[in-house]
Amino acid sequence: MAAIQTDNLVKRYGEVTAVDGVSLEIPEGEVFGLLGPNGAGKTTLISMLATLVRPTSGSALVAGYDINRQSLDVRRQIGIVFQEPSVDDLLTGRENLYLHSMLYGLPRSEINGKIDKMLALVNLSDRGDSFVKTYSGGMRRRLEIARGLIHGPKILFLDEPTLGLDPASRKAVWNHIRELKNAHNTTIILTTHYMEEADSLADRIGIIYKGRIIELDTPFALKKKVGQDLVFLTGEINEEALKKLPFVNSVEQENGHYKIGIVDSGKNLQALLNAGGDIKEVEVRRVTLDDVFLKFAGQKMSEDAEEHAEGIFERIATIKTRR
Amino acid sequence: MFNLNAIYALLLREAKVYFREKERIVSILISPLLFLFVMGRGMVSGTSPVPGYTYQQFIFPGIVAMVILFTSITYGLYIIWDKRLDFLKEVLAAPISRTTLFIGKTLGGMLGAIIETLLLLVIGAGFILPLKALEVALCLAVCLPVSYMITNIGLTIGARMKSMEGFGLIMSFLTWPLFFFSGALFDISTAEPYIKTISLLDPITYAVDIMRIIMLGKGAFSAWTDLGMIFVFCAATTVIGVSAFGKLQQEK
Repeated sequence: MAAIQTDNLVKRYGEVTAVDGVSLEIPEGEVFGLLGPNGAGKTTLISMLATLVRPTSGSALVAGYDINRQSLDVRRQIGIVFQEPSVDDLLTGRENLYLHSMLYGLPRSEINGKIDKMLALVNLSDRGDSFVKTYSGGMRRRLEIARGLIHGPKILFLDEPTLGLDPASRKAVWNHIRELKNAHNTTIILTTHYMEEADSLADRIGIIYKGRIIELDTPFALKKKVGQDLVFLTGEINEEALKKLPFVNSVEQENGHYKIGIVDSGKNLQALLNAGGDIKEVEVRRVTLDDVFLKFAGQKMSEDAEEHAEGIFERIATIKTRR
Repeated sequence: MFNLNAIYALLLREAKVYFREKERIVSILISPLLFLFVMGRGMVSGTSPVPGYTYQQFIFPGIVAMVILFTSITYGLYIIWDKRLDFLKEVLAAPISRTTLFIGKTLGGMLGAIIETLLLLVIGAGFILPLKALEVALCLAVCLPVSYMITNIGLTIGARMKSMEGFGLIMSFLTWPLFFFSGALFDISTAEPYIKTISLLDPITYAVDIMRIIMLGKGAFSAWTDLGMIFVFCAATTVIGVSAFGKLQQEK
C-alpha cells in the first residue's frame, strides 16, 4: 500500500493558486524530497497532507486515511516538524515532549521511558530539564524532531528541517533521518531548498514550481537528464561541431562561456576538446542537483519572465497604436 | 469527542506557564486594587446603597467580578500570542478535536480566574470586609461559570484576531465598558434608564449582583435571576466559541 496517494490536490488562497493539481504516489519507507523555490507550494502541500489546511479540491490518502474525512486518523499516523520552530519556550524540553505524548494518547506509564530515549537520540539528554528559551537554534530543531518522532509515526513530514542550522547540526539531523528510514521503515517527506540535502537523503525527488510538480525522479536519473558531467569552455568555440558529438547532451552559452553537458567525461573529454575549436580555458565537474534544479525550475522561471515581458511590450504596443 | 488525557495535558501546560509568569498574576490585580483602595477609600462622600456598609465595602463584590473579567478575557486573548509563538500549531496538528482544545483552554482560563479571585478575597477579607469561609467558597463557586463565559468571549475574539495590536482596542471597547456598565461601582436599580438598559445586557451585571448577594446579603435581582442569566450567557458563548475554534486554521 502506498503511504501517500494524492489525487489532483488544489489549494487556492483567493486568487493565488498555491498548489495546482498535484497527483503523487509515495510508497511506504521512501524518503521523498520536495524541492522548489520559495513560494512554490511546498509548505501548503505538506499542510494539506497533514490535515492542517483544507484542500480547495482534490483528495488524498495518507496512511490509508482520507485527509478530508478522517483527519484525526491521519493525524495519529503522522509526525510533523514545522519550518518555524513550534516548541514551547516557557516549558522545558522534557515537558514539551511530555505534553506532546499526552496529546497523542501514549500510555502514561511508557511516556517517561520514551522521553529519555528520544532525548538521547537527539543528544539533548543533559539539557532536557532546561527551559527551551535557553536553547540554541540547533537544539530547538533537534527537540522538535524528537517531538515529531516520539509517538512513533508511520509517516514523518519535515518542512525544511535544517533551515538555519550550522553544518554540524545539519549533518546530525541528516544522520537521524537516515537512521529512521533504515531502522523503522518510516516514510519521510522532506522539503528543502538545499540541493545537497535532497541529493544525499532522498530516494526520489519532486521539483515543485508554481504549485505543480514539474519533474519527478531519482536524484541519479534527474542528474542524468542534464548529463553526468558539465564541461565549461571559454574561447572561440565551434558550437555546431560540439552539438553533433554523440556524447553531448546539451550546449548552452552563459556569461561568456559554454556550458556543455556530456556523459562519461573521462573517456570523451579528449574528443570534445579536439572538436571544440580554439579553447582558452577548460573546467570539468560532476552534475549536482543545483544544475538539475536550475535546468527545470530555472527554465520555467525564465519562460515566465519572457511571457511577462512580452505582455509589457504588447501593452506598450497597443497603447502606441491607439495613439 | 472529548479526550480527557489531552484536556489534562493542556490544563497542565496552562498551569505551569501561569505559575512561572508570576508578574502576570500580580499585574492583573493592579487596576482592581487601585479602584478598591484609591477610589473606594478616596470617595469619602460616597455612600453605600446597601445600609450598614461603607462605599468601599459596597464596591468590593464588584471589584471581585472585575478581577474575574480581566483575568478571563486577557487569558482568552492570549491565544493570539500562542498563534504568534507557534505553540498553537503543535496543538492544532495533534489528533484532538477542536472541542477538546476549546475545553482545555477554557479550563485554563477558569484556573487563572480562581487563583486571582482567591488572592483578592484574601486581601479583601483582611482589610475591607470580614468574610466567612462559606462566603469565600460560594464566591469561588460563582467564579467558575462567570470566568467560563468570559474566557469563551476572549477565546472567540482571539481566534479571529490576527495580531496583538487589537488587544488594546478590545480592552477599551469591550472590557472597560463591560466593567463600567455592570454596576460594580453603583447601584443599577437607581441608575438612569439608559444605563440600566445597557446594564441588563451586560453579563458582568449578574456576576456583580450575585457576588453582592453572597457578601452583603442584598442585590438588585434575585440570586436565581443572576444564576439563570449567567448560565444563558455560558451556553451562548459555548456555541459561538466552539464554532470559532472549528474555523481556526493554521495560518500561512
